[in-house]
Amino acid sequence: MKKIFGRPRSLRDVPTHYCSGCGHSLAHRLICEVIDELGIREDVIAVCPVGCAVIAYEYWDFDCSEAAHGRTPCVATGIKRVHPDKIVFSYQGDGDLAAIGTAEIIHTANRGENITVIFINNGVYGMTNGQMAPTTLVGQRTSTTPRGRDILRDGYPLKISELLAQLPGPRYVERVSVDTPANIVKTKAAIKKAFKNQINKKGFSLVEVLSPCPTYWGLSPKDACVRISEEMTKVFPLGVIKDT
Amino acid sequence: MAKIMMCGNEVIGEAAIHAGCTFYAGYPITPQNELPQYMSSRMTEAGGTFIQAESELAAINMIFGAAAAGARAMTSSSSPGISLKQEGISYLSACQLPAVIVNMMRGGPGLGNIAPSQADYFQATRGGGHGDYRTIVLAPSAVEEAWHLTHLAFDLADEYRNPVIILGDGILGQMMEPIEVVRKHLHGRVANHDSRKPWALTGCKGRKPNVIRSLYLGEGELEEFNRILQMKFNKIKSKEVRFEPVYTEDSDLVVVAYGTTSRIVRSAISKARHERLHVGMLRPITLWPFPEAELNKLAKKTKAFMVVEMSAGQMVDDVKLSVSGKRPIHFYGRAGGGIPTEEAVLDMIRDILRPKARNKVYI
Amino acid sequence: MAKITIDREACKGCELCSINCPEKLIFMDDSLNIRGVHPAKFRDSDKCKGCKMCAIMCPEICIEVYK
Repeated sequence: MKKIFGRPRSLRDVPTHYCSGCGHSLAHRLICEVIDELGIREDVIAVCPVGCAVIAYEYWDFDCSEAAHGRTPCVATGIKRVHPDKIVFSYQGDGDLAAIGTAEIIHTANRGENITVIFINNGVYGMTNGQMAPTTLVGQRTSTTPRGRDILRDGYPLKISELLAQLPGPRYVERVSVDTPANIVKTKAAIKKAFKNQINKKGFSLVEVLSPCPTYWGLSPKDACVRISEEMTKVFPLGVIKDT
Repeated sequence: MAKIMMCGNEVIGEAAIHAGCTFYAGYPITPQNELPQYMSSRMTEAGGTFIQAESELAAINMIFGAAAAGARAMTSSSSPGISLKQEGISYLSACQLPAVIVNMMRGGPGLGNIAPSQADYFQATRGGGHGDYRTIVLAPSAVEEAWHLTHLAFDLADEYRNPVIILGDGILGQMMEPIEVVRKHLHGRVANHDSRKPWALTGCKGRKPNVIRSLYLGEGELEEFNRILQMKFNKIKSKEVRFEPVYTEDSDLVVVAYGTTSRIVRSAISKARHERLHVGMLRPITLWPFPEAELNKLAKKTKAFMVVEMSAGQMVDDVKLSVSGKRPIHFYGRAGGGIPTEEAVLDMIRDILRPKARNKVYI
Repeated sequence: MAKITIDREACKGCELCSINCPEKLIFMDDSLNIRGVHPAKFRDSDKCKGCKMCAIMCPEICIEVYK
């Protein structure tokens, strides 16, 4: 028998700190599978966020940089402009990208920087105990919306990908999810397309990945995946938002 | 080469390119606008990267990326903008990344005004960001000196892998002086593999992956890393102090002033010398590391010190620390963009050295 | 004919593999692994078609698939 599925070479064989059933682990693996398949491990440079994935460089076996919270796209811009021939991607959570880093992601996209952004949307700030994030759903309980997100007090979930797609800079924006095997396959395809765009110098690509956070949704991993398909996708519909 | 008239902001831009800077990110703010404007044409023409960022905060983080990638990188701003960069500067020092940050100080605090000032001295020398870090701070007092200190800034940044601040002010930035400028081309991007920067992020071909980070969560890890940083800062303190003494050998009064203010003090001193007043000046060129030892040594010979600043008094504290009570220290400063006049400095020198003239006792 | 191997000690017990196995060949073991969770266990049988659904869903890359 031949092995037809195993650990991608770019992903170090070490246990991760992520919670049981966390979407970050899945996203890390898919990125590494794509990097292996495109054969770019020695040319890729990642910029890690501040959040649950702050130590992603412990798991990725290629050049990585830290970034101040929300400034990941700026660090990626600086690296890409110095090494336009390298493949630079910015890996960010919803707090990093859609809250503190909103101005940075909008202007990086608007400049059409030829980088790839992998945006993990799990609707909470995981690293810091599950607070409301810009993408927390109305009525969703978090450690800072104990009685559920209230529009009057906390505003609406921020659909940042749709926002970015309005700008001319981004060439490819798609929202995917890792709640089912079928969707994970689609997520991998989207990530691969986003990296290929960069290799072909097409410009800014962003993939938003709806991701389960069992711990701070207070659900089992199974129910967290169900919640994505039944609730999150109502507010954050899956599909290609822009592909020009 | 014929000399041309150039303002401090533009000279620093050209000097950076001449020193091999291939990446500049900036943002508009008076009184340093000439620098980003100059770089927007010259840097691109020279084959480097110019970006006008969406904020000073974004700009410093682009510098972080470019420096992590191994390029010589620079940003510039003025006081309020420099406040926005403080987090980034702490990260640059913590990740041991070389970078040059230019601050053409303006009147503060708050929105302040666009007049010259030296009220960001504490911010620059103590660090406005978080954590135990230091930045080398160079203080030019003339356009030509700004050319040389810019080169020095990039060399020191690379040597010590630490951010370096060039601390000027609105006058130095916008004032034109004759200077001999050599225009250089950068021949495209920095080499992919800058052998002097094996730590840089260039793609892990032929080596183990590099990680640029400052997060140390392990037990005692960060404390150990801080120890290493402090050893570096102590080495800088022992090797990189620079200052200019003026008549300090036979002076009963030594005036301490830097940057634009030192020019005013210099002319006041030459007049005082004509009145046979034994006064000199010590002009710090590195504000950090501060010339403590030199001042402490002078304190044995001279009778008093006088500090003149365009602020409510900040460097005066460092002078007090250096002299440690051995001699009286007088202060004359003007905040909020006020510029000390030569006459006022001269009057105070006279008062201190000839108290009988105004029956005030100073010594 | 195909089969999978599960790294028992690396498993964090999220059950996403067992839920998504079309043939229901994966169950959660009664005994605990070193993480103190009930790890996934493969009910070795010839019904496994090597569809990889389990491995695709596994956040910890505990599962290898052979065909």
